[in-house]
Amino acid sequence: MTCRSARSRRARVLSGAALALALLSIAAPASAGTEEPAGDEPASEETINARLIDQRGKQDKPVEGVTVVVEQGGDEIGQAESDADGLAIIPVPGPGKYSVRVDPTTFPKGLGLTDAAQEELPNVQVFAGRPKFVIFGFGERLDTGKTGFERVLNLAASGLRVGLIVAVAAVGLSLVFGTTGLINFAHGELLTFGGVVAWYLSASDGGLGITLVVAGILAVILGAGFGAALERGVWRPLRGRRVGNISLLVVSIGLALFLRNFIQVIFGSSPRPYEQYATQDPWHIGPIDILPKNAIAIVICVVVLVTVALLLLRTRLGTALRAVTDNAELSESSGIDVQRVIMAAWISCGALAALAGVLLGVTQSVDWDMGENFLLLIFAAMIVGGLGSPFGAMVGGMVLGVAFEASTYWVPVDFKKAMYLGALIIVLLVRPQGILGVRERVG
Amino acid sequence: MDFGKIFSDGVREALGVNAAAYALAAIGLNVQYGLTGLLNFGQVGFLLVGAYGTAITVKETGAPLWAGFLVGILAAIGLAAVLGIPTLRLRADYLAIVTIASAEILRVLAGSRHLEGFTGGPFGIRGWAGSFYDLNPFSPGRYGAGKVSFDHNTLWVMTVAWTLVILASVLVWLLKRSPYGRVLRSIREDEDAARSLGKNAYVIKIQSLAVGGVIGALGGMVIAVNFQFTNDDFWLSPFTFLMYTVLIIGGVGSVIGPVLGAMLFWFVYQSLDSLLRQAIHEGVFGDVLTSTDAGPLRLAFVGLTLMLLMIYRPQGIFGNRQEALIDDR
Amino acid sequence: MSADATTNGAILQARGMRRAFGGLVAVDVESFSVMRGSITALIGPNGAGKTTLFNVLTGFERADHGEWTFDDRDVSGWPAYRIARAGMVRTFQIPKALARMSVLENMKLAAQTQRGEGFFPALLRRLWCDEEARIEARGVELLEWVGLAKQRDDYAGTLSGGQRKLLELGRALMTNPRLVMLDEPTAGVNPALTEQLLDRIRSVRDEGATVLFVEHDMDVVGSISDRVICMAQGSVIAEGTAAEVVADPQVIDAYLGERHGEAAMPTSEGPT
Repeated sequence: MTCRSARSRRARVLSGAALALALLSIAAPASAGTEEPAGDEPASEETINARLIDQRGKQDKPVEGVTVVVEQGGDEIGQAESDADGLAIIPVPGPGKYSVRVDPTTFPKGLGLTDAAQEELPNVQVFAGRPKFVIFGFGERLDTGKTGFERVLNLAASGLRVGLIVAVAAVGLSLVFGTTGLINFAHGELLTFGGVVAWYLSASDGGLGITLVVAGILAVILGAGFGAALERGVWRPLRGRRVGNISLLVVSIGLALFLRNFIQVIFGSSPRPYEQYATQDPWHIGPIDILPKNAIAIVICVVVLVTVALLLLRTRLGTALRAVTDNAELSESSGIDVQRVIMAAWISCGALAALAGVLLGVTQSVDWDMGENFLLLIFAAMIVGGLGSPFGAMVGGMVLGVAFEASTYWVPVDFKKAMYLGALIIVLLVRPQGILGVRERVG
Repeated sequence: MDFGKIFSDGVREALGVNAAAYALAAIGLNVQYGLTGLLNFGQVGFLLVGAYGTAITVKETGAPLWAGFLVGILAAIGLAAVLGIPTLRLRADYLAIVTIASAEILRVLAGSRHLEGFTGGPFGIRGWAGSFYDLNPFSPGRYGAGKVSFDHNTLWVMTVAWTLVILASVLVWLLKRSPYGRVLRSIREDEDAARSLGKNAYVIKIQSLAVGGVIGALGGMVIAVNFQFTNDDFWLSPFTFLMYTVLIIGGVGSVIGPVLGAMLFWFVYQSLDSLLRQAIHEGVFGDVLTSTDAGPLRLAFVGLTLMLLMIYRPQGIFGNRQEALIDDR
Repeated sequence: MSADATTNGAILQARGMRRAFGGLVAVDVESFSVMRGSITALIGPNGAGKTTLFNVLTGFERADHGEWTFDDRDVSGWPAYRIARAGMVRTFQIPKALARMSVLENMKLAAQTQRGEGFFPALLRRLWCDEEARIEARGVELLEWVGLAKQRDDYAGTLSGGQRKLLELGRALMTNPRLVMLDEPTAGVNPALTEQLLDRIRSVRDEGATVLFVEHDMDVVGSISDRVICMAQGSVIAEGTAAEVVADPQVIDAYLGERHGEAAMPTSEGPT
């Protein structure tokens, strides 16, 4: 309806895009909350506010005098130079998608973008009636003097980080799938839960101001509790009612929609980083430049994955988990408390997902749909590795992460998602049991 | 609070183009999921190829719009073949993952800057549906009663869209009561049993995917024609989940279910939006909620509805309760 | 012995069938045949490969190698639906009733070459209306025959296990098969119903079809089968009349081996 009155002006003009976005956001939860009642608000409040910050020191400093250009469909909409606060404000004609780039010839001496691929942000979404903030982070010029091979190595290192985080999340999903057969579409929200909880615990403004390491650990514990609560409050009763797996899958979709949008109401729709460790100087390890927080994230993931693997292989509970995954009925009749094992799977799942969420928050930022954005990648990791096999999920996550981050050296970044999903489909077709899975016997 | 406005807002959306497009998408899903048991989680991909097939054909070749529609339909059949031929031999839940992944791939490609010359990238394709409005038989002005009124162009799109909804519903009704429909349901119940009785389940599943996909593609065309525009943001994956919500509200497997489900969905969805905005505007929630929260709040409500329906009323409004109670394994 | 059996009297003949899962050989059958017009029982201890053999023969599972003919036609590797259409119809160990369809619909589905099952003809009722009436009449007739006439409009999902077995039998016969393959038709069926079921199976043969069935209950086997084939560890180890097979030392050893929890393959000496 917002569109109805505007529609009469017949949308052959620019606002067509805006209208489309506004109405279709109804169809598309990811951009929800963007529509505004027509007429209630002035039409052209929208601006793109670019903030340029120098992240070299302990404290961020503004970067002044850099030209920021806004374009749409190849036409320049406007440009501005960053002021003493590092801020460049460019008015735009209305909501819609714009591309924002910085002009490297205007950079101060010795400064470069911390991520050279971010020189142009192609898909900046401006919502009605609100300024849109984008951030360009500056640091030492890193890419200078690197050979192609070294850049691939750096990409692979960041792929390893993403892959390991995905692997951590995928192990949790896999444990639950293995023990219950549930394909949980609300798994992404478990990640978001972890990331958001840690944000609230650690933020000094709007949160409790707990130091991030402690906040992260608390978030993981609360994530475990959240997993347990979902199992106790939702999934176990439904299994008790003998609801089929397909129906449960649909329930999990409803749960995901609910949680995700509920989190958005509370947390808001703009991404927020953690205050601590937001800016760091990179370590130089051979040809690889890596931020300390990213290196530590990799170490944490490896430690956690190895621990989980050992727990699964060496402990009674781990053995029971694997037995239930193998054959729940047989395990039940041989005296394993299946409900308890499933509860253990959910607790681990919640904790691992929350950890993945916190690590994503540390290495990127916290966002209400961060989990949803990773969900298909997590599914892909689980399936590529072997459905229901936690070890497969670990392998799948790492393989996908490294392969596809490294591939961005040759392939445009915006194809990356298409590529891992394509790989997922090919694996399903060629080797449906996954890399580590065993072909199941039919009949 | 203006309850008249809340009500009329809801009615307007229940009759509007969006409800018709959702109805088409859900009718398509009903053929696939409701009748045949195929878990197509990428229905939005069929809408996408319908819209883009039309838009690209008209924009690139200058072909008339009807030729674009034809290409959109053929593209949906092609997508069904590409998805179905390799996957329909695999486990049922694999189809869910392959379809959702494929729909997302299509969306990523449609929005990619590297294909901008072809798909318009993130800026989409506009200005190709003008000839549709040239055929508009309604003279300019507003039509309707009281607060529920539409301009002549919207009315024209609505007329065509609801006609398509009726035609699609008749098609589903004819199929459902026929021996063909019986074969579809047998595959939903137990594919192996159907095969053991001489039914070529594989081919019929591909047909079902294609029929439902084409009906979905019509929904995509309706949406795109309504805006005379399409870009990647139209076709996000969660859209498919809303279609499932519509189908489950109406009643899985029932002929009229998806249509009334879509109308009810939009009535509630829009009224809720209106209600929330008014309440927030009047400060009912104090500082707790702002007007930007209305969108996510009503989506959270949709999610909750989907969960509760699935648990407590799986047959929806028009589905068969007895049928829904039989264990679906 | 099996070479003699594969004369022109066989409706189903198989040679060199093999199916393995990973390292486990489920079926490894040199030669296998079913005589036309007979009731043949397929017996053997658990895990002998009977169901897998069924699955392979009817196209539900791929054979690693081997070929088989049905009615003198080579049907090796055919997909399940084509084998069923050729007249070789099976039932399942756990009956696959189409739960959310009525009992009568279950029957009607099974009729072969229905015009209304084509997508386009389905849209024109005129094209299949008469055919549908004939199918319904036949379905009702068969339901009376298996004793489910009263349940014709119930959902098949509401039937008991034994009733589902009867429904599956009726449904299989609805296809007008020349060979009916029943996987444990009496499992889970109460004794009163079992008698009725065996009766029905006999009359299927008397009306000219051939029956092959998997069975555990030796009383059932003895009472209705013309021939018995015994499998163990994937292979056919004995073949003949019920009395002959039961007396076969290899058969006894196979069952004893099962009882001991391992397969002790026999030497030549056997108990009396």
